[in-house]
Amino acid sequence: MAQSGSTPRSQSEQPAGKPRPQSGKAPGARTGGTARSTTRKTQSTRKTQSSAPPGPRRAVVVGGNRIPFARAGGAYAHISNRDMLTAALDGLAARHGLAGERVGQVAAGAVLKHSKDFNLTREALLGSALAHDTPAYDVQMACATGMETVVGLANKIRLGQLESGIAGGVDSASDAPIVVSEPLRRALLDLSRARSVGAKLAAAARIRPTHLAPSAPTTGEPRTGLSMGEHQALTTAAWGISREAQDEIALRSHQRLAAAYDAGFFDDLMTPFRGLTADANLRRDTSMEKLAALPPVFGKRLDTPATMTAGNSTPLSDGASTVLLASDEWAAERGLRPLAAIVDAESAAVDFVHGKEGLLMAPVYAVPRLLARNGLTLADFDVVEIHEAFAATIATTLAAWQDEEFCRERLGLDGPLGSIDVDRINMTGSSVAVGHPFAATGGRIVATAAAQLARRGSGRALVSVCAAGGLGYTMILEAA
Amino acid sequence: MTDRYLDLVNSGVTASLAKRLGLPRPAVLRRHRAGDPLVPEPVLVVNDAGSAPDADALADALVDWGLDVRRHGTREDRFGAVVLVLTSVSSPADLRDPTLAVGATLRGLARGGRVVTVSRPASGAGADARHAAARRGAEGIVRSLAKELRGGATGNGILVSDGVDLTAASVLGALRFLLSGRSAFVDGQLLAVTSAAGSLPADWDRPLAGQVAVVTGAAQGIGAAIARTLARDGARVVAVDVPASGDALAAVANEIHGSALQLDVTADDAAARLIDHVATRHGRLDVVVHNAGITRDKLLANMNAEKWDPVLGVNVLAPLRITETLLDSDALGPTPRVIGVSSTSGIAGNRGQTNYAASKAGVIGMVHAWAPELASRGGTINAVAPGFIETQITARMPTLTRQVARRLNSLQQGGQPVDVAEAIAFLASPQAGGINGEVLRVCGQNMVGA
Repeated sequence: MAQSGSTPRSQSEQPAGKPRPQSGKAPGARTGGTARSTTRKTQSTRKTQSSAPPGPRRAVVVGGNRIPFARAGGAYAHISNRDMLTAALDGLAARHGLAGERVGQVAAGAVLKHSKDFNLTREALLGSALAHDTPAYDVQMACATGMETVVGLANKIRLGQLESGIAGGVDSASDAPIVVSEPLRRALLDLSRARSVGAKLAAAARIRPTHLAPSAPTTGEPRTGLSMGEHQALTTAAWGISREAQDEIALRSHQRLAAAYDAGFFDDLMTPFRGLTADANLRRDTSMEKLAALPPVFGKRLDTPATMTAGNSTPLSDGASTVLLASDEWAAERGLRPLAAIVDAESAAVDFVHGKEGLLMAPVYAVPRLLARNGLTLADFDVVEIHEAFAATIATTLAAWQDEEFCRERLGLDGPLGSIDVDRINMTGSSVAVGHPFAATGGRIVATAAAQLARRGSGRALVSVCAAGGLGYTMILEAA
Repeated sequence: MTDRYLDLVNSGVTASLAKRLGLPRPAVLRRHRAGDPLVPEPVLVVNDAGSAPDADALADALVDWGLDVRRHGTREDRFGAVVLVLTSVSSPADLRDPTLAVGATLRGLARGGRVVTVSRPASGAGADARHAAARRGAEGIVRSLAKELRGGATGNGILVSDGVDLTAASVLGALRFLLSGRSAFVDGQLLAVTSAAGSLPADWDRPLAGQVAVVTGAAQGIGAAIARTLARDGARVVAVDVPASGDALAAVANEIHGSALQLDVTADDAAARLIDHVATRHGRLDVVVHNAGITRDKLLANMNAEKWDPVLGVNVLAPLRITETLLDSDALGPTPRVIGVSSTSGIAGNRGQTNYAASKAGVIGMVHAWAPELASRGGTINAVAPGFIETQITARMPTLTRQVARRLNSLQQGGQPVDVAEAIAFLASPQAGGINGEVLRVCGQNMVGA
């Protein structure tokens, strides 16, 4: 599936190994390139073999609950993933009157995960108010974890395997696992296996003082060594996204999040936790001037001016989110009014390792496939939620869809996919203002999109989430 | 929120020390616990010369409840409760014999005992001054003997309107409530039963079975206790509180298997959201408890709009607006119960609380005004007026002020949130259908505004 979205550029055009700054450049509009028939072939093959899943019934989003997102090292600095996820489950149970009830399945996960948390979701459930005979399992798909839990459970509901399910995710950048260094780990394992005194001494002798330094997880991509921000900086530079454009997106994110709070939008989507009643990262008083004053933090070693700052990037965050999914029948039995129905979803991946595409560009490929399968265009959506991994992610995504050459060559389309009015994108703020506890973002966005559809009473929503590893996940919802 | 003094005078060395020093010794109150007998020891029923039939009728009901009922007592007997029926007194002279008969038994009254008078209101005597004096005299007896009782015993009265039979649901309901541990902190009060409306519950332990109740301010303190108590009595509870208290609210809702609604009751759309939630979730609404309340104390000389407006807004304007909207909607069930939370400050006033007292007295005005409207719909609207209750709010009082405030009532202690909740649960129950437009104080017979 991932291959169909891969770039039309030939392998020979790209040097292998570490990407150079220019390698992230969008080829279409700027460097030219030849469309390859393989792309079109893949497209057409897909068209013949798939249509909107003919599920026997629909799966609906009944509601959502998250805890306010904290900045790393902030209010939840000493709180575990399990406690955050439990709190999010408890709030969801309370909102929907599910205490003591058995739900079909609970699926959630975390990106930064302690090895002891192998059964994180089940453990969180056992601490929650839900019936303890509710099955639960962990999912992990980087920042798309929450999306995958929603899709997996929704499909089971559509198939009739489940009547209800709770999807979700949690992450703590504060309580991240720290492990011993690789050489020390190997030496300790050899030591434990050693039988003779000599072998034990030999294993122990390999341990050096430098091995004792613990290693904390980073946001670096294992295969490139570049942080997510540095990867986005390549894409940002390639598409020539200005600092001002990014700051505008960031400012809008804060302003809209603040307005959403003031309008009570989150009253039915959030439950306070540990003294936080709103996302800690929200800056009500920010302005273009304040954002402009921040120094760049990513892309400083590129030839182009560095434009990405702490202000237009998401902060490391702690938090958890949950989404209640069900069949219409299950919801009706409990007097629960569905917010939205999940129509379809599509994941994608890009080869960022060899510089063929930007790390966070996979949703750009997933959306046209999703639209084609459902016979829709960008103009058919009233609500668009694009995860703001960085403000520039929004800008590059929109730029790519408006770029004729890119859309022809990379996406195999006849022309530009189209544009989206900013008034329809992230209308209640997104990750730059809210924060981004990796696995919790999918649940946050799905619940937010569903709630917006419920308020409108009609319409469709498009959800797009990019993720580490060149992954992306997109989804269509419609008002219930 | 614990009363250390009460603990000390009820345990070990400090208990005997307090006794020797003649210090006030508040008792641990008899509160309702599932499975406990209604009254742990025999109940004596005494009556004035003319009301033997009424007394017999009540005695029969008590026997039906499984109680050991006696019609005669001596100084040597030990009773868990005494019921004094004075429904036929026509002259103050009629009061003496039955009252002295009760007096003779008081030294044998158990700890946590109950004295309940049942009489008719003076207003029903018309222009017959002698008759009115007799009836009003009965009230004086209750209020005074309640102050004499010790060991956590209480004295209360039921005023049954003329024309309402003593076997009316609410007479029996009120009698059972006042005899039980549910009325632990209700003392020196007269509860008026003005109609035969209401019905006896199929199960006295779950009188609210199948009903849907909304409780505002349910995240903590008295509101959380109300939610728990209504749920215990069988109601499905929608717990409401401001979004900022959502975590505590969720814990309460989950504990009682109810649902949580994060809602600021002062918001313009509060009533609409509340009705929408209840209508979609449950399709009915039977009980509304306007418990959400705040204080912003300031002497009037220093009072400003910032401290005035929120108090009036939350405590009385929100209940008015929500009730108004409910009455205009078709959300209410066939026997609706609306219950406001007033305060002894609203009855007697309190220094530094002009705003709070205005709002809490306002609740009383609201209840009186809407009583006929609710009655016409088969329902009731009443208020409870808590005195000093051990909550986070009173825990913030200066220590000395708090210690004095606690002792200023006949039970010499503060009440617990559950004591207020029990009174509200009673008013919400089907057996309280004949009690309407009343303000029931839950104050341990506080001297303030008595």
